[in-house]
Amino acid sequence: MTAIAWQRRRAAARATWREFASQRGGLVGLIGLAVITVLAVLAPLVTDASGLDVTRVTARPWEPPSASHWLGTDHNGRSVLLLTWWGTRISLVVGLAATVLSVLIGTVVGIAAAHFGGWVSAVLMRFTDFFLVLPSLVLAIALSTVLPRGLGTIVLAIGVTSWPATARLVRAQTLAVEARPFIERARALGGGHGHVIGRHVLPAVLPLVFVNTTLTVASAIVAESTLSFLGLGDPTRVSWGSLLHAANMHGAVSQRAWWFLVPPGLGVVCVVLAFTLCGRALETVLNPRLKGER
Amino acid sequence: MIRHLAGKVGGALVSLLFVVALGFLLFRVIPGDPVVAMTRGRPVTGDQLAELRARLGVDKPLTEQFADYLAAAVRGDFGTSYVYSRPVLELIGERLWPTVLLTGTSTVLAVVIGLWLGIRGAWRRGSRSDRISTGLALAQWAMPTFWLGMLLSLATGDLFPSGGMRYPDTPSDFVSQAVDVAHHMVLPCLTMIAVVYAQYLLVMRSSLLEEMHADYLTTARAKGLRDDLVRRRHAVPNALLPTVTLVFLHLGLVVSGAITVETVFSWPGLGLLTYEALTGPDLPLLQGTFVVLAGAVIAMNVVADLLYRVLDPRVRAS
Repeated sequence: MTAIAWQRRRAAARATWREFASQRGGLVGLIGLAVITVLAVLAPLVTDASGLDVTRVTARPWEPPSASHWLGTDHNGRSVLLLTWWGTRISLVVGLAATVLSVLIGTVVGIAAAHFGGWVSAVLMRFTDFFLVLPSLVLAIALSTVLPRGLGTIVLAIGVTSWPATARLVRAQTLAVEARPFIERARALGGGHGHVIGRHVLPAVLPLVFVNTTLTVASAIVAESTLSFLGLGDPTRVSWGSLLHAANMHGAVSQRAWWFLVPPGLGVVCVVLAFTLCGRALETVLNPRLKGER
Repeated sequence: MIRHLAGKVGGALVSLLFVVALGFLLFRVIPGDPVVAMTRGRPVTGDQLAELRARLGVDKPLTEQFADYLAAAVRGDFGTSYVYSRPVLELIGERLWPTVLLTGTSTVLAVVIGLWLGIRGAWRRGSRSDRISTGLALAQWAMPTFWLGMLLSLATGDLFPSGGMRYPDTPSDFVSQAVDVAHHMVLPCLTMIAVVYAQYLLVMRSSLLEEMHADYLTTARAKGLRDDLVRRRHAVPNALLPTVTLVFLHLGLVVSGAITVETVFSWPGLGLLTYEALTGPDLPLLQGTFVVLAGAVIAMNVVADLLYRVLDPRVRAS
């Protein structure tokens, strides 16, 4: 790669950033994400993890918010603020890991289907369409019921049920790129499958994949909270979904314990909204057709 | 047309077969020994385990098990629930109507509200009401369904029943039963609408925005048509077409909504049955609900495709 190419890429990145920064929604989302990520990383440094241990609680159960417990306590007397704070970590990690898995499967299937064509494409697309129609939560529930409980299972269950949309998108984009003359030139000069995909198709498809990733994270985090809410999460760890599961199981609604219900759900809403705002802003930057429409 | 119909129905049947096979893979192959999963955490003797294995037929080789399973599935036999000790299909049959009632009512209402707000938003793009309704839709889309349900239940207090489908002491005549069920349905229905309508709003809005610059709208305006006639007669019918497909494509969303909403409000439908099956874990029952829910979504997609051909003359001609 020559220096000129890198210079051109840096200029393109700067232009993309300028356009992204000119959109208020995207900027708000990005700042929100930064704040939440910093809070999640700082949790073990700033707070005391022993407060999560049910056997070492000092407060009474179902205490409403007060000066000592800003968000009250849960059914065990643990601080809801602390639980929600720590829950951020698992929700983010699971959401991101599941997204990486899902986008990886989707990109590989999409590029393979478009690049190789023929029966490979026919089989892969039939497979993709089948998974696209299948209600993903039902499949994810089935997977996480039959596999041993744990973070890995949840990541796998969400990852393998959410890739078809990415695959279709990547396939369409790959087809569009491969129809252009420079691919024919690369082939005529003796470029093999690896060269064409690695050097020409991937760089052209990646921006779109990146936009799609930010939107997939949002739905993966909702999926995590849903599975944990149904009691399919890792029982040894605190996530927003598992907190809501506990709230539902121990009758937070009939206890009128709004302080136990509101914070974890609000966490999900904030993160999902932040990712969605970023994704929509990026989409507008990278898709000229949308400019001025939103 | 007949050929197309046959092709679509054939494709759906293949998908259905895939679902049934996937059910076998998920619930018989992946768990390893289902008997161990069933008896997890309970003291059992070796003899009891062997007896259970023989009764479930899991002591045979996998290929033979699969053949037996397929033959039974074609007959509509999905085995017996561990927890209820009753045929799975019978349980599903009992729980089908509450789910159809709940999801049907809320989907129709969500479609009407979503499309209406989407059309209004796109037509007056950028206005304050457009910004508010789009923002609200995005926020509601970000909300986990079950959380919204719990919040609604918390906020309304004793105004509506917190769970179930009817009170045990309601008189058995039709009117009081219907009123009772409707009363129980308010909160679950509201929750499902709130989460699903946002999807329809956003789809309808962007689909109408795509049509906004079309030449035929300029022609219609040049003819001197009033603004709302241009919208109703020309723009909306065209924008509605992609929306119809998406409404059906998002039925998977309705199914997942049903599972969580029915769990929160103890609505005795297929969603609550799925939840009961996964807490067991009652694998035959979960397998049954898996096949039925996935099958229903596949069937609805065929309906969507056929409906699309009826609605869009361009697709019919090609």
